[in-house]
Amino acid sequence: MKERVPLISVKNICKSFGTVKACNNINLEIYEGEIHTLLGENGAGKSTLINILSGVYMADRGSITLMGEEIKLSSPKDSIKYGIGTIYQHFKLVDAMTARENIILGQKISFRKMRDVDLKIAELCSKYGIELELDKHVEDMSVGEKQNLEILKVLFRGAKVLILDEPTTVFTPQETEKLFNIMRKMKKAGCAVIFISHKMDEVMKISDRITVLRKGETVKTLIKNETNPKELTELMVGAAIDLSIKKVDAKIGRQILKISNLKVNDDDGTNVIKDISFSVREGEILGIAGIAGSGQRELCEAIAGVRGVKHGEIVFDGEHLEGKNPREFIKRGISLGFIPEDRLGMGLIGTMDMVDNLLLKSYQTEDGILINRKPLAKKALELVKKLDIKTPGINYPIKNLSGGNIQKILLGRELGLKPRLLIMAYPVRGLDITRVILFTI
Amino acid sequence: MDMVSFLSATVVAGTPLLYATLGEILTEKSGNLNLGVEGMMLIGAVAGFISAYTTGSPLFSIGMAMIAGAAGALVYTFLTVSLRANQVVTGLTLTIFGTGLSSFLGQKYVGQVVPDNVKNFFKPLNIPVLSNIPFLGKILFSHDILVYLSIIIAIALGIYLYRTSVGLNLRAVGENPSSADAASININLYKYINLMLGGAICGLGGAYLSLVYVPTWQENITSGRGWIAVALVIFASWNPYKAIIASYLFGGLDIIGFRLENAVISKYFLDMLPYLGTIVALTVFSAKKSRKNSPPKHLGLPYFREER
Ligand SMILES: Nc1ncnc2c1ncn2[C@@H]1O[C@H](COP(=O)(O)OP(=O)(O)O)[C@@H](O)[C@H]1O
Ligand SMILES: [Mg+2]
Repeated sequence: MKERVPLISVKNICKSFGTVKACNNINLEIYEGEIHTLLGENGAGKSTLINILSGVYMADRGSITLMGEEIKLSSPKDSIKYGIGTIYQHFKLVDAMTARENIILGQKISFRKMRDVDLKIAELCSKYGIELELDKHVEDMSVGEKQNLEILKVLFRGAKVLILDEPTTVFTPQETEKLFNIMRKMKKAGCAVIFISHKMDEVMKISDRITVLRKGETVKTLIKNETNPKELTELMVGAAIDLSIKKVDAKIGRQILKISNLKVNDDDGTNVIKDISFSVREGEILGIAGIAGSGQRELCEAIAGVRGVKHGEIVFDGEHLEGKNPREFIKRGISLGFIPEDRLGMGLIGTMDMVDNLLLKSYQTEDGILINRKPLAKKALELVKKLDIKTPGINYPIKNLSGGNIQKILLGRELGLKPRLLIMAYPVRGLDITRVILFTI
Repeated sequence: MDMVSFLSATVVAGTPLLYATLGEILTEKSGNLNLGVEGMMLIGAVAGFISAYTTGSPLFSIGMAMIAGAAGALVYTFLTVSLRANQVVTGLTLTIFGTGLSSFLGQKYVGQVVPDNVKNFFKPLNIPVLSNIPFLGKILFSHDILVYLSIIIAIALGIYLYRTSVGLNLRAVGENPSSADAASININLYKYINLMLGGAICGLGGAYLSLVYVPTWQENITSGRGWIAVALVIFASWNPYKAIIASYLFGGLDIIGFRLENAVISKYFLDMLPYLGTIVALTVFSAKKSRKNSPPKHLGLPYFREER
């Protein structure tokens, strides 16, 4: 492998956002016919690097070479021109348009040649085993369908370098397997594939080589067959850690929440929760499983009182709560630590700073007309220290923080209210490993 | 009252609204909310009038009106797209600027009339055969060329937006610029071209007032039509074909006051009708939400590639 010229190589790439060094001297070499995984905790700078390779962000420093020749990527257009195809971490789809329209977007295709387009798409679909309705509007699609559309978009244009930024988070194991087949086919065709995932089993299964990133720096590049999950994790975190989860013994008390025959609609009025019943007791953790978009969000929102219930009962500590306003739910100690895909969607306001975000939930308990920020500023400082939140300051708009840090703020606030029932959706998404351990203890 | 001549006058009264609405539809489809329609119309109106008055050339006047409207839009585009200024504030400023500039430039022309040869050029033309259709022929097919041009522009705009790949790209820019950008569409180029085209069409709407409809120069000749057009865009749910109907409907409300001069209803009430209609239309239409009549998703927001 050593004598070959890398298909794409990245030298000393640096990129800062304000004071945050997202990429700090990143070096990477990717060869034809390999699947190269980027591994790193959240906020390690993986997506930033991907965005630089795709022309979305301009690197502050450093160079990118394609087959030995230096290239300049100043827009996504450039990167597409050089044959780099990217599936971004967040969907880049136009909701109001159909799948077909999204696929042909930005390309010079006469509307009269649409039949050829359909034929080409059909060919790709059967070759890679993807199913997609071309006339379906993106806003009517499930997250899995959207991801398939993203894949098809890249395949349609064709790519020499295929980049996938956490593509599997919305997939079932079967769908993931299909994606892996596509990646293998691309690899066989001589493409370079850059893959990002948090799931260690996926990484071990599909990669040829793995590069570990930590805090914006390249730690090491390893050959998959010569390493193991434990070593990778240690490189990611930068210290030896114990991955086993310790379960605390808690006394199981009386029943505190009872849900019976719950029916809930989603934003479009479609019934997504159809007749669900369960109960939770004190000292108990109830897990809810399912792939993204199965109604978890609506269920959590209904229990927290922020979404109306169509039918059924929510009984909390012997008291009927369905139909009451969210404030009543909060008063009784029901706390929602909801982390939607974009992390800022629920519970926190991105343009506000930490103190204001803490205030959001506690201003009602204060006396008087004016708000006193002092006690909460103190609490914010405490949280920063206790949870090791990386922020330039407590008065810094939180949307500019990394996902993991935003998460810590949300959890810190909710736990600080000493809830009797804590609802958490995807609480560990975006948290680094050390942090997860802290919370489960 | 003679129904045929009333409906025919409705079409004429609706034409300046149609131009302005089409211009703003094109602008908003690119994702920019330009509240400077009134200003661009006034700049176009005064540029058209002065050109006609001094040169007597109708085509040159129309050209100048379009260039003037586009120039207003260029300033707006530079501020909102390149400098990412607030679109609402910039648009309002453009209206204030346009109002002031047109009064200033038009000062010595107040009360002056458009030269005869220009008037002649814009006199109603009967389209052969079609204008002989009973009832409809008189209403639709015996107008001046600018009425026909406005309909042609509406249809062309519909084809452009919904039947061409450039139009598809433009809609993507207005819906989700970051997706459009990732699909290798040049966002700024699309915005500059289409916003300036939109401004040119608004300028033409202004010139229709000063050259054909009035056709004398008077201060603030648009008298709020630019604002009605902003509402008509919503009423027509960003669809150029529906804009034709919406504009004529409001054209009708606009002239009903003259036509019912001796009716029992107060004249002031009748003068109020277009504005009342605007409020009702907006209330009804913004309540009904569907894919077909929702605004471009990124309307009014600036786009910066590196922003999350
Ligand atoms: N557009 C942006 N504006 C400001 N900060 C950003 C932006 N993109 C990324 N960052 C910051 O850069 C760091 C790296 O983020 P990212 O590349 O998304 O990490 P990863 O994908 O590895 O989880 C984070 O601290 C994040 O907050
Ligand atoms: Mg990422």
